Amino acid sequence: MSNISIRIRGLSKSFGDKKVLDGIDLDVARGTSMVVIGGSGSGKSVLLKCVLGLIEPDAGSIEIDGVNVLTADADQRAELRARIGMLFQNGALFDSLPVWENVAFGLLAQNKCSRAEARNKAGDILAQVGLAASVGDLSPSELSGGMQKRVGLARAIAAQPEILFFDEPTTGLDPIMGAVIDGLIVDCVKRLGSTAIAITHDMASARRIGDRAAMLYKGQIVWQGEATALMDTGNAMVDQFTHGRREGPIQMELRK
Amino acid sequence: MTATLDFVALLGRLLLGACTTAGRLAIFAASGLSHIVRPPFYGRMFVRAFVEIGYYSLPVVALTAVFTGMVLALQSSTGLSRFAADSAVASLVVLSVTRELGPVLAGLMVAGRVGAAIAAEIGTMRVTDQIDALSTLSTNPMKYLVAPRLLAGLIALPLLVVVADILGVLGGFIIATAKLGFNSTTYLTSTLNFLQTDDVVSGLSKAAVFGVLITLMGCYQGYNSKGGAQGVGQATTSAVVAASVLILAFDYVLTELFFAR
Repeated sequence: MSNISIRIRGLSKSFGDKKVLDGIDLDVARGTSMVVIGGSGSGKSVLLKCVLGLIEPDAGSIEIDGVNVLTADADQRAELRARIGMLFQNGALFDSLPVWENVAFGLLAQNKCSRAEARNKAGDILAQVGLAASVGDLSPSELSGGMQKRVGLARAIAAQPEILFFDEPTTGLDPIMGAVIDGLIVDCVKRLGSTAIAITHDMASARRIGDRAAMLYKGQIVWQGEATALMDTGNAMVDQFTHGRREGPIQMELRK
Repeated sequence: MTATLDFVALLGRLLLGACTTAGRLAIFAASGLSHIVRPPFYGRMFVRAFVEIGYYSLPVVALTAVFTGMVLALQSSTGLSRFAADSAVASLVVLSVTRELGPVLAGLMVAGRVGAAIAAEIGTMRVTDQIDALSTLSTNPMKYLVAPRLLAGLIALPLLVVVADILGVLGGFIIATAKLGFNSTTYLTSTLNFLQTDDVVSGLSKAAVFGVLITLMGCYQGYNSKGGAQGVGQATTSAVVAASVLILAFDYVLTELFFAR
């Protein structure tokens, strides 16, 4: 088996006239973390949603362990999806369910255990993200932003997925909580041995989570390399982005 | 010339848009309904939806029905007395309520109450990525969110209409005996004499269709809402308006099917 877990080739997607993804090629090696950075609206979220099969791309291929997601039938797709855990940008917790049911949702959906067992397991998983089991009885709306992210992370790792996606895991958190969440993410990914893709525009977070990094700009990958080298890549666009300079090759499109 | 062409183009666009929407809605409905009979089933979601649609709509449906029956008795007695046909009050009330007003008014009330709530809940789930989250957790949103609600609407509305029928007749009975001076035994006897199984069955069948229409429009609009709070608000409005219009339109079609021979 090859060492590449996720192989993306020539991925393109347009919404109306706007090309959001324009021929993306990206490989993620098994057991490593890839961080995708890029400005708001550069297509990062769309990239993840394409891999998850939530958005149908116009062209290109996405292979997960050699299986093309886009040509797979419904059963294969469901099976692939069950191997992926996703932490959504704003948590996307089910607000009609208590926290423990959120965490155990995937386990219950796959009929892996009874409700009583699921409840116990939810307590264990919450402990892995540093939350007390008693949090399980609360409703998601009673939690702070940082706690919601933790619960979202717990839900994503509950079924011990081989692949984990993180959509802006630290956005909206204070720097310390951001670092804590990053730490939890790194721990979880290491413990599960998962392959991870994180999208972010938080440079500190990118270097903490990522083994490798890629920058997305105008629907294309403009740079790829080691995440540790992010702050000093020699690429004018990446440097402008990572150092947050106003002047440079990237001009913010304030108007279309 | 160009003005005419523009007009024709506009008409064409509107027609195409309408066809697209109708097609999407049909596919959505077929998919949602087919998931009712395909496992896995989400009993909890069904019970929740059933309680929400059936049980919590009882007060509003009951009040509507009682007042409708009362008004019908009053109106028909004042109207019919011109033709010296007072005795027809009982039959008029029971037939109007069971055939027509029970299902339609219950449907409209539930559309306002439940259609809006469903659209708002599913719409919020859509704009906060909860529906995408369901997909990533091995759960088909159509099966988990839509099918249980459609089934709940299909079953709950006829039950509500049974209640509405009884209370509607009761409302008429109260006014007829307490205010219009009818003899209560005579009134009840003529009510039962005029009532046929077909009247009730047709009303309940209409109710089942309305139940699906209401929940379907709520789910469809919510599922396809986008753009944050405003989008959810629009979805809610569209769900109620579309459900109400469809109820009235289907009411005609179904009446034609049942009674026009």
